[in-house]
Amino acid sequence: MKSLEKSKKRRTIGIYAFFAIGSIIMIFPFVWMFLTSFKTVAESMQIPPDILPKSWSLDSFKDALNSLPFAALYKNTILLIFWRVVCAVVFSSMAGYAFAKLKFKGKELLFGIVLVQMMLPSQIFIIPQYQMLAKVGLTNTVFALVFPGIVSAFGTFFLRQAYMGIPDEISEAAYLDGCNQWQTFTKVMVPLTTSSMSALAIFTAVFAYGDLMWPLIANTDLNMMTLSSGLATLRGQFSTNFPVLMAGSLLAMIPMIILYLIFQKQLIEGVAMTGGK
Amino acid sequence: MANLSLKNICKEYPNGFKAVKDFNLEIADQEFIIFVGPSGCGKSTTLRMIAGLEDISSGEFKIDDVLMNDVEPKDRDIAMVFQNYALYPHMTVYDNMAFGLKLRKTPKDQIDKMVRDAAKILDLEKLLDRKPRALSGGQRQRVAMGRAIVRNPKVFLMDEPLSNLDAKLRVQMRTEISKLHKRLGATIIYVTHDQTEAMTLGTRIVVMKDGVIQQVDSPQNLYNEPCNLFVAGFIGSPQMNFIDAKCCKEGEEVYLDAAGAKIPLPKNKAKKLTDGGYIGKSVIAGIRPEDVTEGKVTDPENQAAIKGKINVYELLGADVCLYFEMGSNQMTAKVSSQTKARQGDVIDFVLDVNKLHVFDKETEKTITN
Repeated sequence: MKSLEKSKKRRTIGIYAFFAIGSIIMIFPFVWMFLTSFKTVAESMQIPPDILPKSWSLDSFKDALNSLPFAALYKNTILLIFWRVVCAVVFSSMAGYAFAKLKFKGKELLFGIVLVQMMLPSQIFIIPQYQMLAKVGLTNTVFALVFPGIVSAFGTFFLRQAYMGIPDEISEAAYLDGCNQWQTFTKVMVPLTTSSMSALAIFTAVFAYGDLMWPLIANTDLNMMTLSSGLATLRGQFSTNFPVLMAGSLLAMIPMIILYLIFQKQLIEGVAMTGGK
Repeated sequence: MANLSLKNICKEYPNGFKAVKDFNLEIADQEFIIFVGPSGCGKSTTLRMIAGLEDISSGEFKIDDVLMNDVEPKDRDIAMVFQNYALYPHMTVYDNMAFGLKLRKTPKDQIDKMVRDAAKILDLEKLLDRKPRALSGGQRQRVAMGRAIVRNPKVFLMDEPLSNLDAKLRVQMRTEISKLHKRLGATIIYVTHDQTEAMTLGTRIVVMKDGVIQQVDSPQNLYNEPCNLFVAGFIGSPQMNFIDAKCCKEGEEVYLDAAGAKIPLPKNKAKKLTDGGYIGKSVIAGIRPEDVTEGKVTDPENQAAIKGKINVYELLGADVCLYFEMGSNQMTAKVSSQTKARQGDVIDFVLDVNKLHVFDKETEKTITN
């Protein structure tokens, strides 16, 4: 018994050590970013590097706030996330329900087309999407930022799977209770997929927040940029002021940290659900 | 409540599969009709066509003489209890029961009264605030019933509502449903593959096979006078014994020659076989296990003797099933548990020939009923 307990203990220590090392590797870039944002340019470039700054200076934060219109960047990023999430959840929910529960001709073919869109790299759509917006003069607007995310192939697929998991008898019971198609969808089916919708909303928000390429292309006016594209302008072609870039990045993380603290439970549930169901 | 009429109802799927063929049935007000049959016989499909959840390919379905073929499920005034209950998981028991009434814009105070009345009938009063996930199987079942009765519909449809419950609860709920039928005076159509449910609940039973009605009759008549081999075999547990036999005549005596045993036939059955031209032909004799008893023949006109070696002894509690072979036919006798017979014994059995059924070997239809 004792040897069994010992080996169990050893295994537990091994597992903890493995995950502790993993956590350190994961957290190190954030700690480095935090420390660099308080260093001077010379300190940030020196080799071998010092881990801690010699003096904790807030100059980089002042420079970052002066060189970027942070209020506009926050506003644009929040609007981008908000509309991307709303569009993805609303349209994917409706499309997912149709693909999962409704009977219509060409359903399989149409769903195949949705899947094809998921399989193609999104970069190949950038030029046609930009041309469409440029022709109607909608570049440098919030709409331009949201545009590629109005419909989500992944969201449609994701919520279709969620609706498919609901037994048909539930919608049939709703029909017999007196629901029409729309009432069945809104009063019965949607409330049953809220956890999947939260997961989709979180994934969409994280992706929208981190999206760099499209916001850089669609909106070139600094006041219409998002946090990610705005920060990218701090990187010079020949030299980069790393403390300022890190300070800007730290400031840019604030909305996501707040979102994470609010939706921590749903985020973990969402990730667990995608793996477990 | 309501009268239902199903005339020449057919269901054919786009791939050409015919699930229900030429289904004809008149259901009177307050009847408790059971659809019974093996899996895939079309009983649930027929129920779903009545509910409006499946289109009717051809034929006419009427409720109170109003054609319902193209009427939406919600406008048929029908309530259905599903096999897996189909409760709305995000709603409380109260909301589950009130949902249909809310959609029909029933006044709130009336909804409250109706839900509480139904909850009282089904002993759900203490559970009204719970969500379905916090209920046991039997409680969920009762909520599903409550959701159906609260609307006071013309017809109740029940699709194997007890099949997810354990044996004890199933017996309990069976009596509950029976009481409910009497109390509500409702027209109920009930689908099951459990013949005990069918026999105990139904005022009439519809036996189906391969989408075709085999027989519609009262439970007693179905048991005593099955119209064909399928019904005879399907109704009754353990199932009826079937014996390959030849119909013979010696002088005035008509008898069956079954694996060397001579089974005399009563006059009425002998006349039917003679009139039907079965003398000299092969037939199938059927006898229920409870009509095969241990012992010697005491009344040669009404009994036949057979001998058999017991292969399996199965104690059921009050009764014992003895399995033995008669020629190439596997036989079962249901006898008292007081029997001294055990596995491996060779004993005499007696068949009650008045209870004998004889079926045409080709058409499988009854000859003697």
